[in-house]
Amino acid sequence: MTAQSRSGQNVSIGAHYAVHLPAPDDFAFWRERARGLIQCDVPPDRVSWIEPGGTGDLFAEGPSRSDKRLPMPPADAPPVRASQRFLTIARSAALHTDPARFGLLYRVLWRLQRSPRLMEDKADPEVRRLEDLAKSVRRDAHKMHAFVRFREVAEQDGTPHFVAWFEPDHHIVRAEAAFFMRRFANMRWSILTPRGSVHWDGEVMREGPPARREDAPGGDPVENLWRSYYASIFNPARLKVGAMLSEMPKKYWKNLPEADLIPALIAGAQAREAAMVRAGEREERARPETLADVAQGAAACRDCPIADCGTRAVAGEGPERAALMIVGEQPGDQEDTVGRVFVGPAGQLLDQHLTRAGIDRTGAYVTNAVKHFKFTWKGKHRLHQSPQAKEIDTCRWWLDAERALVKPRLVLALGASAARGILGRTVSVSRARGAPIMLDDGAELWVTVHPSYLLRLAGEAQTEQAALFAADLAMVRERLSELGG
Amino acid sequence: MAQQTLRQKLEILADAAKYDASCASSGTAKKNSLGGKGVGSTEGMGICHAYAPDGRCISLLKILLTNHCIFDCHYCINRKSSNVVRARFTPQEVVDLTLNFYRRNYIEGLFLSSGIVRSANHTMEQLVEVARILREEHDFRGYIHLKTIPEADAEIIHEAGLYADRVSINVELPTRAGLTRLAPDKDETQIEGAMGRTKARIIEAKDERKRFRHAPRFVPAGQSTQMIVGADGANDAAIIGKASRLYDSFGLRRVYYSAFSPIPDASAVLPLKRPPLLREHRLYQSDWLMRFYGFAAGEVADAAEADGNLPLDIDPKLAWALKFRESFPVDVNRAPKEMLLRVPGLGTKAVARILSVRRHRTLRLDDVALLTASIAKVRPFICALDWRPTLLTDRADLRRLLAPKQEQLELF
Repeated sequence: MTAQSRSGQNVSIGAHYAVHLPAPDDFAFWRERARGLIQCDVPPDRVSWIEPGGTGDLFAEGPSRSDKRLPMPPADAPPVRASQRFLTIARSAALHTDPARFGLLYRVLWRLQRSPRLMEDKADPEVRRLEDLAKSVRRDAHKMHAFVRFREVAEQDGTPHFVAWFEPDHHIVRAEAAFFMRRFANMRWSILTPRGSVHWDGEVMREGPPARREDAPGGDPVENLWRSYYASIFNPARLKVGAMLSEMPKKYWKNLPEADLIPALIAGAQAREAAMVRAGEREERARPETLADVAQGAAACRDCPIADCGTRAVAGEGPERAALMIVGEQPGDQEDTVGRVFVGPAGQLLDQHLTRAGIDRTGAYVTNAVKHFKFTWKGKHRLHQSPQAKEIDTCRWWLDAERALVKPRLVLALGASAARGILGRTVSVSRARGAPIMLDDGAELWVTVHPSYLLRLAGEAQTEQAALFAADLAMVRERLSELGG
Repeated sequence: MAQQTLRQKLEILADAAKYDASCASSGTAKKNSLGGKGVGSTEGMGICHAYAPDGRCISLLKILLTNHCIFDCHYCINRKSSNVVRARFTPQEVVDLTLNFYRRNYIEGLFLSSGIVRSANHTMEQLVEVARILREEHDFRGYIHLKTIPEADAEIIHEAGLYADRVSINVELPTRAGLTRLAPDKDETQIEGAMGRTKARIIEAKDERKRFRHAPRFVPAGQSTQMIVGADGANDAAIIGKASRLYDSFGLRRVYYSAFSPIPDASAVLPLKRPPLLREHRLYQSDWLMRFYGFAAGEVADAAEADGNLPLDIDPKLAWALKFRESFPVDVNRAPKEMLLRVPGLGTKAVARILSVRRHRTLRLDDVALLTASIAKVRPFICALDWRPTLLTDRADLRRLLAPKQEQLELF
């Protein structure tokens, strides 16, 4: 590039200038000097920019490498212009560790005087390089906002002091101190880095010399809570290590208290997911096509622990198509022995009530929400135990299959377990009884108590509940005839 | 059972909260702690303070107040009929945890949700109490995201909005039938009613602030929601349609998609197999197409295959371009912004760069290469000064050429 004279001022052609920056992040100083040099028409290849500790400049005159006096801009020199975009980019790029950054900035500023819209040309190599520098500085600053971890120490006067150790890639510490001041304005804190340190006491920001890791406190009891949180919020069923590494590269790990958990979390993830799936594992099976398939399938089913009690599956009974389906809870002791539904004491009571209400049991399909008998031994007797919600939900597969085949227009659920088997949620029998609940397939669900409930009552309560039960059945009878059953 | 320590409770209640995908802490009003008594600042862009090995960012302390719940939603680990260990924080414990984490720069703020205890109103009051203590007693100026419970009274939800930066109500499932089957205690009409009221209040509050400088802010970061993908039979087209309706009717900032993942002690009603995580990713991509690329919901759905699902091997934008080849090639030197945005491989930033550069020069293919991440992906769909892909767009095997290569296994 030749030194064309813009202002007509006499610049000694061939002179070379070296500018020594007082600090590697002193953008204001560079701006001041660059402005003067441009006004004196000093082309980019005649200026060297040297940061503290930087190598000496081969072309600078004199053995002492001291600043040659920079030329004074003439009084009538035109002002130096730069676009807003350049200023924004330059402020960031100046903080990069690349020793060539100030030279690059000056070259682009020089070119901007001739082509004011240069910054818009994103395909220009120098503009691109400048944008890249600024981008990596911004990223470094963003990671500093994210990964600084304060540890609390008590000062002599008892006030808490929060101290962090951080290792930035670029000269960003002074520039980013303001972010932490705005965020922690009423806290006393220090950030120590190998490139210098900053201290805020609640009112004044002070700058300090570069620090070492040993200057920062070694731990903080709250870190254990944070580590627990980090390990718990992680979902082992969706491992995406690459996504984590791209945002939290390993170079930051050594200063993050949670990072040493990562290898173990990754190693254990697949095992944890497999265990979850195994715990809920069921065989994939085709939907049964006949009631006989249901009976056979349920007999072989081992999806829930009840099936392992050594009992048999008691199949439903009744016509293949029925307007009414009666659902109980689960087979009892006698049902399991005989292998038929509702033959024990509760079944006999149900039969009596059905007859009195005028419902023909043989015309109805009768089954249970859970197909196996769940019990505990008490002496010689097998004592009935209520199935858990999860067991009912597991057995719903069979009940749903029965409903799909029998296609009842009305389902009578005896007790809360039966209602859950149909609805998939727990309802209160006392609130649900006496009115139909519409099901997805268009059938109506009527809920009432289980007859064994009546058997457990005595005296007045029994009479009262039996009357209510009878009333429920009477309503069902009436509704059935309305539905044409 | 022995008294649970704070750490045990944190483990249980953070574990219970991890199925909520949302973690954003951006887009709220600017505030900082200068001149205040406490800590906290929000400056537009959210900050992710850590990343878990599941690739999700950790920006907020995301916990439940309690995982006791009277609801019985099948996909939820905290449903009534689940056998998980239960725990409960007091509001003060949550406040202390939040402040202790915040002061150490671990988090941007708090994302508080809860199982429903006693009643919707009681639970919502407890959530609001946490936010109130943080804001009023500690002058906390960080980010607060409150999950709101649609069954709670409108006044309590309104109060939540005065303290929180963002509120959210999960629609949970894309179809009404799915909701009835898997979340029997929830009701679509109620959920959408609550979202509608929040939207109305946001508009009102914005209007008030135009006239009165000190009018209180109301959820400055807007509201968001979450849908579970793969738990019911809804296909991608249905999910995209639902998301688009939600964006339009309730002015949502974000719809989050969460691939259903196996949970401990899962309900028997649920599928055991998780949908591929890639499906969730494709849905997020289609969401971006609607929000930033000017695609209508119907157009994204057009990119789906015959079963209504987006292809998993290629991204939805490429799928759309392959289906509607007559719209291409696009001339990078002349085409309007809307058409450039439709070119597979050109993102919003690349398009902005192209628009800026082409004022200065007529772009050649090499120039475009400098401005984009991968010219190979873009090339078949553009014209430049020295480039016309005449044959490429007509090739029947274009999809195979552009789809990411299947990795062939080595002989063993």
